[in-house]
Amino acid sequence: MVTCINDALFPDTGRAVVTLLRRLGVEVDFPEAQTCCGQPMVNTGYLDEAVPPLRSFVKAFDGYDAIVTPSGSCAGSARHQHGIVAQRHFQRSGDPALVAAVERTAPRTYELSEFLVDVLEVTDVGAYFPHRVTYHPTCHSLRMLGVGDRPVRLLQAVRGLDLVELPRAEECCGFGGTFAVKNADTSVAMVSDKARHVRETGAEVLVAGDNSCLMNIGGALTRQRAGVRVMHLAEILASTEQRTAAS
Amino acid sequence: MTATFVGMPRFPVAAKAALADTQLRRNLAHATATIRDKRARVVAEVDNWEELRLAGAAIKDAALFSLDTQLVLLEERLTAAGATVRWARDAAEACAIVAEVAQAHDIDEVVKVKSMVTLEIGLNEALEAEGIAAWETDLAELIVQLGDDLPSHILVPAIHRNRAEIREIFQRRMTGAEGITDEPAALAGAARTHLREKFLNARMAVSGANFAVAETGTLVVVESEGNGRMCLTLPEVLVSVVGIEKVVPTWEDLDVFLRLLPRSATGERMNPYTSTWTGVTPRDGPQEVVVVLLDNGRTRALADQVGRQALRCIRCSACLNSCPVYERVGGHAYGSVYPGPIGAILNPLLKGVGTDPQVDSLPYASSLCGACFEVCPVRIDIPSVLVDLRAQVVDAHRARRWGGIPSTQTVAMKGAAVTFGSGRRLGLAERFARLGTGVASRFGASGWTSARDLPRAPRESFRAWWRRTDGGRS
Repeated sequence: MVTCINDALFPDTGRAVVTLLRRLGVEVDFPEAQTCCGQPMVNTGYLDEAVPPLRSFVKAFDGYDAIVTPSGSCAGSARHQHGIVAQRHFQRSGDPALVAAVERTAPRTYELSEFLVDVLEVTDVGAYFPHRVTYHPTCHSLRMLGVGDRPVRLLQAVRGLDLVELPRAEECCGFGGTFAVKNADTSVAMVSDKARHVRETGAEVLVAGDNSCLMNIGGALTRQRAGVRVMHLAEILASTEQRTAAS
Repeated sequence: MTATFVGMPRFPVAAKAALADTQLRRNLAHATATIRDKRARVVAEVDNWEELRLAGAAIKDAALFSLDTQLVLLEERLTAAGATVRWARDAAEACAIVAEVAQAHDIDEVVKVKSMVTLEIGLNEALEAEGIAAWETDLAELIVQLGDDLPSHILVPAIHRNRAEIREIFQRRMTGAEGITDEPAALAGAARTHLREKFLNARMAVSGANFAVAETGTLVVVESEGNGRMCLTLPEVLVSVVGIEKVVPTWEDLDVFLRLLPRSATGERMNPYTSTWTGVTPRDGPQEVVVVLLDNGRTRALADQVGRQALRCIRCSACLNSCPVYERVGGHAYGSVYPGPIGAILNPLLKGVGTDPQVDSLPYASSLCGACFEVCPVRIDIPSVLVDLRAQVVDAHRARRWGGIPSTQTVAMKGAAVTFGSGRRLGLAERFARLGTGVASRFGASGWTSARDLPRAPRESFRAWWRRTDGGRS
């Protein structure tokens, strides 16, 4: 699952996942029926509107061994919210098909770092990234999925990478989907503090497992001309000495 | 207290004003960080904290599912111990009962133990209307009362005030406090002198209760300053207003909460004062004890399958102190005596959604980061309840076609549902409308771009790249 945000705005992350997983010997497919996991609708309260994307989701992914996504938030949506949407649809329409499909797809959905560490059982993915990096653990990967230190272990194994600790790392960046718009002033106050903490580290690159959070923090950093760029974890893990030299 | 929360604006509007108050931001950031760190330290000392949390949640759930029998048992035991039990459906009934008891004894002045439920029902204002003065005796609650202010935190109602502001309030409102400094000891000393006279003169006290033990009919108040102990023991008459969700079946159950609460609330291993009383003790303490069991929306919350877990709440405030939204906007923006993450669910659950735009704005006052759930001692899954309440808000407006929700949002969501209904349609949307800018406009670019740049849309979507290159193979 590339996710709708990555598909439309951050295709490099999707391509990095493909490169990385193939390098590790995984057969990768991108079922083109996929759209969005439905999280924006669910988290805004529009549960009925989440049914069409959920249908697309199960149509696209039912039958695969593993559904891997470079987003803690979308993985959380598939694992924890799809059941709620499907149950409600069943109660209202009497159609149990969606519930059954979700029971198959939800447990097979993995956030990228979970898939690498738990399923492929690898922490050194052969990456090379000679930069000073700080890591922001996104809320849903941290607290909804419980990925723990998996991303940090993956980063620590990257050759050349200097990982520095982010102050108050576990505090939300203020994105929160439609929260960033419905409560824009509060969201801005939160992301301003997050950007300040990132700058304090002296890192060149801020890395995270979710491009929506990075879009938020990165948007604040570029507005402040902070000189810190944001990168998805997948892009760092995909980069090797050959690929870095070529780019 | 003359201020009330009536007629407050929707959360985003109130938050905008609060965010501009730099003194408030500083006071809150300092205070919440201090309590947060203290809590984290003392919680880490307990090896079986997670088991305690599970036990706390299970005990409360069991009590709530047998509330009918637990409450009747509580009433029986209280009555047998010489207390009078009164039932109140709502705030007005509860306030009327308290006023009636005072008037029956010809009392025009009462002292109060810090109590959320009496703030919830607006008791001070109701008593004032009957010519009865109600004096808050908790230091922070006193600061709020003397400042004609509103509480902004469940446990530390004056958290938005620093000591310079408190000194100014005391100088203005307390006799003999003109020359005090802003040293905490001096401020506490002035309050002590001020309150001592109230304690000694008061013939009636009003309290809430942290817990009500059904098996013996015992009420429990947990506090730090000793003002509660004074109120609960000195006057002749004691009226306690108790939300019906406060019942715990046994003393063994109470044990779990007395371990969970202080560490979660003030970051202390144990609170300084725990008072328990069972009806009337002849010739010792209040000789008339009245207990008002209050519903005021609790049965409505209990009927909510997802939201009923909010009734487990023991009012520790750990969720407020850990919330990045609360830390920045403070408590007043929530428009209720219950602010923060718990307030964002409790208010809609107690009052119902779909009628008051202020209440309907509360479930959205969260980024769903989950920090509140992580620290909650009774494991209330606040993010899940928030999401469920958002659906209730949307459904209520769907049914009523009433304009509290911006129609642009509904249009955007319905449009997205169609677009996301098939991969082919999404691909078309990406190609023809450059979804990047489409997404941006749906997000409402002005709120976003006030302090953040938008990402530049790529030349090619992932989907288009996959097609063009045969999945990167060509």
